[in-house]
Amino acid sequence: MTTPQEENFMRKISAEEKIEPKDWMPDAYRKNLIRQISQHAHSEVIGMQPEGNWLTRAPSLRRKAILLSKIQDEAGHGLYLYSACETLGISRSEMIEQLQSGAAKYSSIFNYPTLTWADVGAIGWLVDGAAIVNQVSLQRTSYGPYSRGMIRICKEESFHQRQGYEAMLALAKGSEGQKAMAQDALNRFYWPALMMFGPHDSESAHSQKSMEWKIKRETNDDLRQKFVDQTVKQIEVLGLEHPDKNIKWNEERGHYDSSDLNWDEFWSVINGNGHCNRQRVEHHVAAHDEGEWVRDAITAYNEKKRAKNAQHAA
Amino acid sequence: MTTVTEKLELFEVFVRSKRGLDHKHVGSLHAEDHEQALEYARDCYTRRSEGVSIWVVKSSDICASQEDDADCFYDPSDDKPYRHATYYVLPDPVNNM
Repeated sequence: MTTPQEENFMRKISAEEKIEPKDWMPDAYRKNLIRQISQHAHSEVIGMQPEGNWLTRAPSLRRKAILLSKIQDEAGHGLYLYSACETLGISRSEMIEQLQSGAAKYSSIFNYPTLTWADVGAIGWLVDGAAIVNQVSLQRTSYGPYSRGMIRICKEESFHQRQGYEAMLALAKGSEGQKAMAQDALNRFYWPALMMFGPHDSESAHSQKSMEWKIKRETNDDLRQKFVDQTVKQIEVLGLEHPDKNIKWNEERGHYDSSDLNWDEFWSVINGNGHCNRQRVEHHVAAHDEGEWVRDAITAYNEKKRAKNAQHAA
Repeated sequence: MTTVTEKLELFEVFVRSKRGLDHKHVGSLHAEDHEQALEYARDCYTRRSEGVSIWVVKSSDICASQEDDADCFYDPSDDKPYRHATYYVLPDPVNNM
């Protein structure tokens, strides 16, 4: 039995109208959105760590300024997404608690370590590249605040991928050693970047409902295929070897065929056993705790100001 | 002599023209309170179904940056061209990223 509210909600969804914060929505739609948007926000924030690892060791002032700007953007993107999520009735502190307790997830790509400077280039190019494929699709998500956040983020994100590719290009056209470093970074980040799109559609717990409600607009496998296709040419221009020996153009499908992923690794990292899972969360907890005096100072300053104003008014 | 409008509060009006779009500032009006401001806004600014949602905010509650200070206020981003995608020159075959 569908209620008039549910009917009205589904009418908006099928008419491609956005759902806005004060509209009635099914509980499961709200929960699903909170899970996805908060996971997305956490990824932006945790994603600052692997790149931050190279800030003090960037090879030039120019690269350092660029990297700093990119990391600053990620913090901003986290903020847009947390704010969008808060319109669904969850508080910022609840979300942070869920991240720190492990109840909420973030993209498992950030549990891989950044071993060399080339990894920073590979992340911008491949990881942000994969994120863009996903986010371009999410600009058409059915929830208004999420959609608007995605539009803003996509506008800012193009620079992230281009700076990464430019850094990779510099290494790939550099000395033998630099080229080998670029190849190694590509080999290590290519597969986890493909895993960012999530499990196969048939294995994805949330996919079907999310597609029905138009929270997600394209399936994990379709988005992954887009990324595989666009990356072939980019690897070729770098003059590097494709990490997937089975990559082959399929005329009939109009897409590249590729190897299946190591799903054992995927599930193992998601379930907490990647190289850096513990370190990432511990670092977040420490940064949050160490920042407490700043939050306290803001509150103390506000109280002082209020008292002063009250005195003036009296 | 004070006129009625001088005693009334000034409200800023924001209208969402279509679901999915941002609320956009369309103008202001005088009203006794929020409820009245909403109804006036409907009568004033959406007479031809220009909107699906209206926000009204007391003008006095808006904290705005100062136009005169714009130069120094935005100065920190002036010397950071690398924040723009166009700053990066890439080979033609991959320049669409």
